[in-house]
Amino acid sequence: MGTFIGVVLAAVLTNNFITNKTYGICPFLGVSKKTSSAVGMGVAVTLVMAIATLVTYPLYTIVMDYFDIQFLEIIFFIFIIAALVQMIEKILQKVSPPLYNAMGIYLPLITTNCAVLGVCEMVINDSTMSKILNGATMNIGWAVLYAVFAGLGFTLVMIIMSGLRERIGCYKMPKALTGFPIAMVTASIICMAFTVFSYISI
Amino acid sequence: MNKYSKITLDGLLYQNPTFMLVLGTCPTLGLINTASGAAGMGLTVVVILTLSNIIISALRKVIPSQVRIPAYIVIIATLVTLARMILEKLMPDLYDTLGSFLALIVVNCIILGRAEAFASKHTVAESAVDGIATGLGFTAALTIMGIICEFFGKGSIFGLQIMSFSMGFFSKPAGAFLVYGLCIAIFVYIMDNVERAKRIKKSKALSHEALVEGTPAGAEAM
Repeated sequence: MGTFIGVVLAAVLTNNFITNKTYGICPFLGVSKKTSSAVGMGVAVTLVMAIATLVTYPLYTIVMDYFDIQFLEIIFFIFIIAALVQMIEKILQKVSPPLYNAMGIYLPLITTNCAVLGVCEMVINDSTMSKILNGATMNIGWAVLYAVFAGLGFTLVMIIMSGLRERIGCYKMPKALTGFPIAMVTASIICMAFTVFSYISI
Repeated sequence: MNKYSKITLDGLLYQNPTFMLVLGTCPTLGLINTASGAAGMGLTVVVILTLSNIIISALRKVIPSQVRIPAYIVIIATLVTLARMILEKLMPDLYDTLGSFLALIVVNCIILGRAEAFASKHTVAESAVDGIATGLGFTAALTIMGIICEFFGKGSIFGLQIMSFSMGFFSKPAGAFLVYGLCIAIFVYIMDNVERAKRIKKSKALSHEALVEGTPAGAEAM
């Protein structure tokens, strides 16, 4: 139970993908102008991260270890992520058209999102995960749990950012600052707030 | 102005990937806490971008357009894997500094973006020039921000200690976001003023010429 809470807190707050690791900044800046689209993007990223980890972690530990081809991990992982995104898109289109319409435009963008490949690379890296797990042995359950909560942490920061940007849109500011620059300054303030969570220790 | 110098100026200034297009933000924000890490990342991207542009532009008539994106990804992923193995063997320090961002070059929007927007439509020589220019634009932007962040965050530049004080804020993502945002604002402001000055100069020359010749186009320019 202690490890469970530790993994959840590490994934959502202390090792947050945006404010601590700076993964997935392109969608964070590009799709955070409205809260509804930010939620859609966050949910889609969480879904793809969970499924991608569920597939790539056993592939790496069982198949690639057996054949001794770990050096091909980047090529394997990026292909699996691209295929999964296509597959999820087709399944959603068939099973749940309303969800597909809500998520449709964000799904193809996820293939080139650092957060998805980042989490797949991270869970196979023993040195980073052993710090988070605090002694427990790594297995696929922890890997998927970490991916799901890292995705939820990403969604949390996306929602905070989109709320702030909706308010910022109401004010006048110098022309050079509009758009990306003011969004980055806002993100800097969110990062400062999230620094507080680095004092959590389990 | 011939086409090669136009491609070079586009890559370095008018379509600078970091400041004008805001692409490849993840490695930028993750690595600008040290100037040497930022410059190392930039130079790695120059090499990979140039090679991928050359290969993709050489194969542009062979790759069918329906499967072009997977084909580009295979080429880029292979180059990144090779770069990773070479850096691990020859430059272990740089390999450690870049860390996970080395693998994430695969999903860097700059490389796939230039493949899709430029290399798939232009000749090999033009694509190579574009790769070098865009990569150097990225490197220059990263190095400038790296110097700023390292100076305030650690009091040093390229590892050379200059000041005894330091503000840890600038070594964290929070400081990286702030410096990046303000650098974009300053760059846009300067480019805007330069463009405006150029436009005024041009319109003055036009109006003077128009006054001498007495054509009605001058009246519009005034």
